[in-house]
Amino acid sequence: MSKAIVLYMHVHQPYRVRHYTIFDAGSNHDYFDAPYHDRTSNEQILHKVAEKSYIPTNKRLLGLLNTHPEFKLSLSITGTVLEQLEKWSPKALSSFQELTATGRVEIVAETYHHSLAFFYSRPEFEMQVDMHRRKVQELFGQTPQVFRNTELAYNNDLAYWADKAGYKGILAEGWDKVLHWREPNFVYQPTYTDNIKLLLKNYKLSDDIAFRFGNQNWSEWPLTADKFAGWLNDSGDATNFNLFMDYETFGEHQWHETGIFDFLDHLPREWLKTEGNSFMTVSEVIDSFPPVDRVDVPQTTTWADTERDLSAWLGNNMQLSAINAVYDLQDAILDTHDLVLIDDWRKLQTSDHFYYMCTKYFNDGDIHAYFSPYENPYEAFTAYMNAYHDLKFRLLEKGVAV
Amino acid sequence: MLGWELPPHNSGGLGVACYHLCKALSKKSVDIEFVLPYHAPFEEDFMTVTAAHPQGAKIVLANSAAYDSYKYVFEDGHEEWVDIIGQQHAFEHAVARIASEREFDVIHAHDWLTFRAALRAKQARDVPLILHVHSIERDRAGGEDGNPVVREIEASSMQLADRVIAVSQLTKNAIVKEYDIPAEKIEVVHNSVDHESFLELDSNNAYRYLTAMKAQGYRVVSNVGRLTIQKGLPNLLRAAREVIFRAPKTLFLIVGSGEQYFELIELAAELGISQNVIFTGFQRGKNWRDTFAISDLFVMPSVSEPFGIAPLEAIGFGSPTLVSKQSGVSEVLHNSLKVDFWDVAEMANQITAVVQNDALRDDLQTNAKNELGRMSWDSAADKLFSVYQQHIFQGAAA
Repeated sequence: MSKAIVLYMHVHQPYRVRHYTIFDAGSNHDYFDAPYHDRTSNEQILHKVAEKSYIPTNKRLLGLLNTHPEFKLSLSITGTVLEQLEKWSPKALSSFQELTATGRVEIVAETYHHSLAFFYSRPEFEMQVDMHRRKVQELFGQTPQVFRNTELAYNNDLAYWADKAGYKGILAEGWDKVLHWREPNFVYQPTYTDNIKLLLKNYKLSDDIAFRFGNQNWSEWPLTADKFAGWLNDSGDATNFNLFMDYETFGEHQWHETGIFDFLDHLPREWLKTEGNSFMTVSEVIDSFPPVDRVDVPQTTTWADTERDLSAWLGNNMQLSAINAVYDLQDAILDTHDLVLIDDWRKLQTSDHFYYMCTKYFNDGDIHAYFSPYENPYEAFTAYMNAYHDLKFRLLEKGVAV
Repeated sequence: MLGWELPPHNSGGLGVACYHLCKALSKKSVDIEFVLPYHAPFEEDFMTVTAAHPQGAKIVLANSAAYDSYKYVFEDGHEEWVDIIGQQHAFEHAVARIASEREFDVIHAHDWLTFRAALRAKQARDVPLILHVHSIERDRAGGEDGNPVVREIEASSMQLADRVIAVSQLTKNAIVKEYDIPAEKIEVVHNSVDHESFLELDSNNAYRYLTAMKAQGYRVVSNVGRLTIQKGLPNLLRAAREVIFRAPKTLFLIVGSGEQYFELIELAAELGISQNVIFTGFQRGKNWRDTFAISDLFVMPSVSEPFGIAPLEAIGFGSPTLVSKQSGVSEVLHNSLKVDFWDVAEMANQITAVVQNDALRDDLQTNAKNELGRMSWDSAADKLFSVYQQHIFQGAAA
């Protein structure tokens, strides 16, 4: 029986809003330009993550691709991080291009701005998917065939849309509540679709690497490549293990000191020791195995938190106020045909802004706080709303009533 | 005179009121030694400012705002951090020492933090003791009983005082009710405003966005103050929802910080009015002044406000006002809209009337400004001076 590891990593950086006050509104439109040493400096963060994660990880991935002709992986890279790489780390960008040049790294489709536009504006969503496709074609010379939505936010409607849009596959969380007794380790098909296939993240195995790897209190610590390969080999009936994770797992969420890079270095050799084992990209696995069943997801699932829903982004009133405010401006902004203004408006759609306003676990100082450059969710909200007010100011300047 | 703060090292209106009272009193040839719990350079010559340190303390560092902790650095080099009760005790002992070394005719002490020290000074020199009440514990606790120790200090000190000054009739009534102090022992002396500060306004408002929005027919309703329970801001936000429903081009500007800051941001979001409510955090100087100047209406919805100087400042910088009837300032300010703090519907009604009617706004402002022009700290000083005279005279006669 042949089994494939489907390694898929997600690369993204938002344009964080600086400490932007109501006194800036109407005077400066530089929401995303924090001073370099500020916590919200996008340039500084990009430099840091390029040095700690992108460049060293890509170096290892390229080495693995060169050493093991069977090694393959898939990446999604948002438009916002691609822009930042072009501006601030061409070296990291070319390291990604070297990966895709091997022909064994597939780029996955998504929205350019890592937005939740699917749930707020279908035309805007389609525009951003189109922008992303063009950016990927320009920088990597390939056209994505498989779609993933921001935060792996998924439901039947999205699958229906992606099917009609011609994608051969779509990615989602392999959440127990949609799989029930089934395992995520097969190819599925969404309900009410004609052609498209569904790949579901094996969150247990993925999180062993992405979240638990460096945790010394974890009963399985330390996790080695041969142990991990052993689990997969022993896991019975399966065709594909979908290991989906943030790219920054390597070197950023899991620091170099945890041994995460050694794990990555050794995984292909350990896995390929067993006859029939392989690595596949997302398209390949869809082409290789027929769907075993249909999966019905009427409610939106995501890959976040124990709830696996959108509550980390749209769970409180501040988040809902902010996202509604920004989409309320859609027609007025687009009608200006002012590309700079439209671009700033789109940058404010990035889901990270709403994540920073999350109050779910504010008191616990948990993972949400780790990823936020703000003191607290209220500061994030205030800065964002002031930027929103400035968008209105810019519309007024153009004679648009707001 | 015993005080807890003076500008620029002040956390609230208490220091400002003390400063202007003393300045006005000095014009009546009253010789004031103002005793503070910390050392701060004071460059004006209308009074002497003395720091009452614990014995042996060389330096006292106030941690920015007066109600924070203090650090005492002693001559032998060791340092001590003290909380507000510790400061109060240290102040008490230091004042007792100073009192035994000085000659004075009357002791005038401001608010509970200085009251124990004032009693010690009275013990050292048997001169008239006047306690000036800017707020009582129930005001600061948002209508609850508050801290029993503080209540005890307020009650016993006022019993022992020769005279009590209240900043409003509202506060006088509260003192009678809370502490059974005889009404005839309490004199009401309202606060006032300093007209010179209004000259600092310039025409280039810091709120460029709001300026542009006003040109589009938007109207701005503001509140400036600490975001604490006694200020009644949740009711203003509830009223704001009603206003915005009827007059969508209304923006609310909430300037200040405090323990309700996060809660109020969440409440605005919950009410669905975040697009119209702007929270600026604490502001001072030009941004603070320009808040009043940009406003079409300043609202002080306080649950309990012994005096409340902010509406007078608002008028001085160009905004008409709506104040809660539960404020001392409403006793002296006639050209202002007034509402019970709990009457959200009426609050919304009055705000809507102003934002939909520029003539109402302008008349209210013009008349309020004229009224303000007749107010001065001199009348407060006149009243205090006559209280001093009565007691000093009585003391001499006895």
